[in-house]
Amino acid sequence: MLSASSYLTTYLIIALVLFVMGIYGMVRHRSFMGMLVSTELILCGASINFMAFNRFVLPDPAIGQVFTLFIMGIAAAEAAIVVSFILAVYRKYQTDDPSAVHDLRH
Amino acid sequence: MSTYVFIAEALFFAFVILTFMGAVLAVRSRLLMHAVLGLAVCLLGVAGLYFYLGSIFLTMMQILIYVGAICILMVFGVMVGYTPQEIAESNFTGRNRFLAVAASFAGFFLLLIPVLRATFPVAAEKTGDFSLPWLGETLLYRYCLAFELISVVLLAAIIGAIILATGGRES
Repeated sequence: MLSASSYLTTYLIIALVLFVMGIYGMVRHRSFMGMLVSTELILCGASINFMAFNRFVLPDPAIGQVFTLFIMGIAAAEAAIVVSFILAVYRKYQTDDPSAVHDLRH
Repeated sequence: MSTYVFIAEALFFAFVILTFMGAVLAVRSRLLMHAVLGLAVCLLGVAGLYFYLGSIFLTMMQILIYVGAICILMVFGVMVGYTPQEIAESNFTGRNRFLAVAASFAGFFLLLIPVLRATFPVAAEKTGDFSLPWLGETLLYRYCLAFELISVVLLAAIIGAIILATGGRES
């Protein structure tokens, strides 16, 4: 128990809990912004998995770090796009509720 | 066990608890702003976990990119896009409760079994190290094309975000 930080399984379980919490939030939230927050949790779980395998299993420890950096870049692009999308949808429909937005036609 | 190891393990559990508390706040809070701030707390805890996984560089990048850029972007998105009244009573999480609990529990146990049962073969010999020069060399030689493509994707995303946020092609 006291050396939990030096086992691969510990990090995998932490990542799994973050992933499951992200799924929970995706289903439960009633707004696009809340769903975006949950998506970031899922991405974070994936990054922890990459870093954990990188630390304990891979021969070259730079590869996992590079992948995690790429995930961060993708997450930044995704957040920029989604936030502006939410603003555009909000301007048209005056709501943030996913079930109230039926189509995206102009 | 020396005192330093004990302190290191206690700090590790503190980071884990910080991560989970932030995630719970992000998922379950009633207000959008609290959800975003909970996400920021969770990402700070994950930065601590990266430190324990051996990469100080990614700890710094996590704080800079995720906490410093993405969470601030979300805070701006909430504050620009919503009226104060909507922020004050936003994001009721009253529905889909059973569906959410069922989906998350099913996913958790479905994935927990292989995580606990699998054994991962450790590489026999290390071909690199955790140092920053080696990371930079890998990033800019071996993954040069992916690195450039990520920057192009980021540029396209920023331009698209500006176009979308200013009202689309018509205006």
